[in-house]
Amino acid sequence: MSGHDHDHGEDGLSRRKVLECMTWAGTGVLWTITGGVPRSLGIIDSAQAATAPGMTFLQISDSHVGFDKPANPNALGTLEEAVNKINAMPEKPSFMIHTGDITHLSKAAEFDNAERIISQTKLDVHYVPGEHDFIDEDVKLYRERYGRGTKGHGWYSFDAGGVHFVGLVNVVDLKGGGLGNLGAEQLAWLEDDLRGKSKSTPVVLFAHIPLWTVYPQWGWGTEDGARALEFVKGFGSVTVLNGHIHQVMQKVEGNVTFHTARSTAFPQPAPGSAPSPGPMKVEDTRLRAMLGVASINFKQGDQRLAIIDTPLQG
Amino acid sequence: MTKINRRDFGLVVAAAMLLPVTTSRADNDTEVHIDNFVFAPAELKVKVGTTVTWTNRDDIPHTIVSAGKFRSKTLDTDDKFSFTFTTAGDYKYFCSLHPHMTGMIKVE
Repeated sequence: MSGHDHDHGEDGLSRRKVLECMTWAGTGVLWTITGGVPRSLGIIDSAQAATAPGMTFLQISDSHVGFDKPANPNALGTLEEAVNKINAMPEKPSFMIHTGDITHLSKAAEFDNAERIISQTKLDVHYVPGEHDFIDEDVKLYRERYGRGTKGHGWYSFDAGGVHFVGLVNVVDLKGGGLGNLGAEQLAWLEDDLRGKSKSTPVVLFAHIPLWTVYPQWGWGTEDGARALEFVKGFGSVTVLNGHIHQVMQKVEGNVTFHTARSTAFPQPAPGSAPSPGPMKVEDTRLRAMLGVASINFKQGDQRLAIIDTPLQG
Repeated sequence: MTKINRRDFGLVVAAAMLLPVTTSRADNDTEVHIDNFVFAPAELKVKVGTTVTWTNRDDIPHTIVSAGKFRSKTLDTDDKFSFTFTTAGDYKYFCSLHPHMTGMIKVE
């Protein structure tokens, strides 16, 4: 079990505080973080205007193409709305990451539909799989489409704008009673991948299931996530981007900023606030305020990456 | 014990004679439902030869996996999976997508 407790007792950030942050993020606040203390700069429009140029990339997550249940009968439609929002951005981002659950049931048509919509951004997209992308019978459709040039079940790294990005897979070989899993092979690869990198290189780790323990009762964490975090301990700036829990959550622990993105398909309840982590049915008018995309800005010399969560509406 | 009148007793005996020995329990005792990411009942005792059927009643797909013993396909909403237990023993199982979901079939 990871040593990062979800109530953040160690760094003095109470659970209530985190929930406050979540509420703020829900209204579209730009986060800037200096010296480990998150600070909001204002609501999204003024914040965007205040953002100095640097490298900006986007995160989308959990598009669940194929999902058609009451929580959102048209998950492909809301993905398209997210893509339209991306296309309307005044500054074109450098690229995009997708933190998994592209599809709901790993059907070929779902992958095709997702690709058809996401490609309209005309951005390079770096994917990692969610557990919903590996449930076709032969477990081959995700890797056929997105696995080229990756290792193992689909992990890889790349450099962009002076930042080292590592895409990790923590949805394979899950053990009964356990959480997400990276596995020994991937951890050995990660250690090797980071070896020799200058400690001043900002590092972004992204994976589907949170690498930190958000709420183990619902499986929201990664069994050996703490091992991965040990490898980035010496680095001055580390950002961990995840999906899976369909809501914005952020915490800062030392040099590491943890952040989860909204889904583009349906919201899930706050930890422990419902009988299960299943799709949360909200009033139709509220749905789009609970879906969205994240924009991440990196400026040379800044210790932290600034993350803006933008709902589809509201 | 509730009283059973003579006529009903006869019916019960006749019904019992028609059933194979191994399904002495009512049908609903061999069913496991998935609701809210929970297997219910979490533990089920059955006789050798019993077929257990799982039904996913969530809006999210689940699987039923007992390491080295059986593995269902992914069950979407209302999909079912059945497995017949031919050997006595304790069968721990879990959902490979949401591994915090665990259950047990005790076959005797």
